[in-house]
Amino acid sequence: MSAFLKQSLAGLRVLLVMTVILGLGYPLAVYGVGALMPARANGSPVVVDGETVGSSLIGQTFDGDEWFRTRPSVAGDGYDPLASGASNLGPENPDLLATVQARRAEVAEREDVDPDRVPVDAVTASGSGLDPHISPEYADLQVERVARVRGLSDAVVADLVAQATTSPELGFLGAPRVNVVELNAALLALEE
Amino acid sequence: MPVALAAVLQVGFLVLLLAAVHVPLGNYMAGVYSGKRHLRAERAVYRIGGIDPDSDQHWSVYARSLLAFSAVSILVLYLLLRLQAYLPLSLGMTGLAPDGAWNTAVSFVTNTNWQWYSGESTMGHLAQMGGLAVQNFLSAAVGIAVAIALVRGFARQGTDRIGNFWVDLVRGTVRILLPIAFLAAIVLVIGGAVQNFDGAREVTTITGEPQSIVGGPIASQEAIKNLGTNGGGFFNANSAHPFENPTAWTNLVEIFLLLVIPFSLPRTFGRMVGNHRQGTAIVSVMATLWLAAVTITTWAEMRGFGTVPGAAGGAMEGKELRFGPAASALFGASTTGTSTGSVNSFHDSYTGLGGGVTLLNMMLGEVAPGGVGAGLYGMLVMAVLAVFLAGLMVGRTPEYLGKKIGRKQVTLVALYILTMPTLLLAGAAITAASPALVDASVQESGPHGLTEILYAYASTVNNNGSAFAGFGANTPYQNTALGLAMLFGRFVPIALVLALAGSLASQRKVSETTGTLPTHGPVFVGLLGFVVLIVAGLTFFPALALAPLSEALL
Repeated sequence: MSAFLKQSLAGLRVLLVMTVILGLGYPLAVYGVGALMPARANGSPVVVDGETVGSSLIGQTFDGDEWFRTRPSVAGDGYDPLASGASNLGPENPDLLATVQARRAEVAEREDVDPDRVPVDAVTASGSGLDPHISPEYADLQVERVARVRGLSDAVVADLVAQATTSPELGFLGAPRVNVVELNAALLALEE
Repeated sequence: MPVALAAVLQVGFLVLLLAAVHVPLGNYMAGVYSGKRHLRAERAVYRIGGIDPDSDQHWSVYARSLLAFSAVSILVLYLLLRLQAYLPLSLGMTGLAPDGAWNTAVSFVTNTNWQWYSGESTMGHLAQMGGLAVQNFLSAAVGIAVAIALVRGFARQGTDRIGNFWVDLVRGTVRILLPIAFLAAIVLVIGGAVQNFDGAREVTTITGEPQSIVGGPIASQEAIKNLGTNGGGFFNANSAHPFENPTAWTNLVEIFLLLVIPFSLPRTFGRMVGNHRQGTAIVSVMATLWLAAVTITTWAEMRGFGTVPGAAGGAMEGKELRFGPAASALFGASTTGTSTGSVNSFHDSYTGLGGGVTLLNMMLGEVAPGGVGAGLYGMLVMAVLAVFLAGLMVGRTPEYLGKKIGRKQVTLVALYILTMPTLLLAGAAITAASPALVDASVQESGPHGLTEILYAYASTVNNNGSAFAGFGANTPYQNTALGLAMLFGRFVPIALVLALAGSLASQRKVSETTGTLPTHGPVFVGLLGFVVLIVAGLTFFPALALAPLSEALL
């Protein structure tokens, strides 16, 4: 037993030294390098008229008809960064099935389209609950409504959508996507 | 570009990256653990610890050092979590309750990173970076050390010494994990991963609502959590969270990180035993099993089998749009094939088949390619078994790398192979047999509910840490029981592997004869892959038939 105790004391001393190196030195060193690119290291803020209105990486809830909608979210009451997470409901779960069907009907009615045209990202909640992106198909579905409510031409709004669209990196990484936070920030900037 | 082609290109690109890196990294790691010289910083650590770095340890002393270090680590982390309210940078978070602190302390010291809590509402910055992230490094270094000790058992002869635990621990941390993690963290910051020491910052959103933008030392933790195959997320959403994994290309970087050391260690093994073809055989088995798991999961998630995916038009519940089904499935198959357990999408919502593969991956014992160190020693144990079985078939004394596989070695291997299924099935059976425990934790009814229970115990016993997160793990019973599952699932196999290393090192090598089974050709690769599958299949088929298989067929 005394051998075990002796080893434990050695272990404690090694652990404390390592905690200083790995627990303080390492994150501070990364922080130091990150300070050279402050916008990225601090959550990619979106600024409109000098005011920070969110992060381009973190989605927001948009309820009014004058905005592009984000995906359904189960993070808190929706897009709450203090409660990130997914529904974790299984592929045969009857409640999830009912929710998906209700979302499809709601989106079809709001956008005045056939329910078959509603894309998958409009009826499923993301993993983080903070997904800022929607598919180009879901964005196209919303262009007409947003343009009508805002009194803009479809072409102007479609152009903003195109500016907020990212293609897959290297052509094969990820999916084509529209950043709704950046898109709606551009609409807000247009207002002012 | 068609999505199927994009999926194939993504996997192909990843394989090319790994193929390019595993030779130099594997050689470098062999040098790290074989060299005689100590860096000045390392000497300072040994001096503070009162350690003689030039003394070689008997396997039992090596094991004692490892267990003592891990016990102290659990105790210190437990106290840090219990007392976090009184420590700086707590962000106003309270101390954890005893059962939760026990579970998390064991979880991070055993390289599991099972998480019953949400990081953003439970952990202050000091607990995250000074407690959890420190163990992300050290538990990974412990895993590699055990694998290296076993490799020395094969490489050495006529000695009862298998290396020095403290030297292996410190070198693995300082010379391998820390430099790679530092570079990776900077790459992630370039991609948009956050690195600051802020708490939640209030902003007014575009529509005038309040939103809290959280901060913290996230990128530094993200890098080591994947590199060390740990998996504990800074946030509840883990690598699905945009601040942990901002873009499609950081996603590929993270998948690369969690695979790179496990796929490079066979090269280290080959170099240390003086025969690269032996390492190539091991890595071939790992790569084949991994690729099969990736293929099946990707196919299932892209096709979107099941009622809800059918009604929604795809399996996107619990998945991020910037990744899509293919990159999510690639991450899911890789995180369960290693012992990582970080997730960029939520396995509970996967299709029956896709989710079943993630479960099966863990039930294989996480050897394809497995956790850092744990994957290599797990696969070498399987190789010893394969050699033994082949020897039985032809009636010869089995030997592997010139070491005779006798009664003692086979006993240790058998105990190793029995430990994980025993703990897994016993733990899951106790929960499944108790209506009160089922009510308290299980979310779904029918076979999916049983999958949730099996997944929880498969994940903890194998030190993976991912979850079918509908399973309500935060009850005093599950926190305690899953904590024990992680503890025994980690340290019983490690003790057996070190004993095996000691028994092998003390043998003299026998020279190869025409009757020796070659362990580097395609025949042995096929045999080893078959043994891995058959051991898991015979053990777990009844449980799998009741849970994910019946769900996939429903």
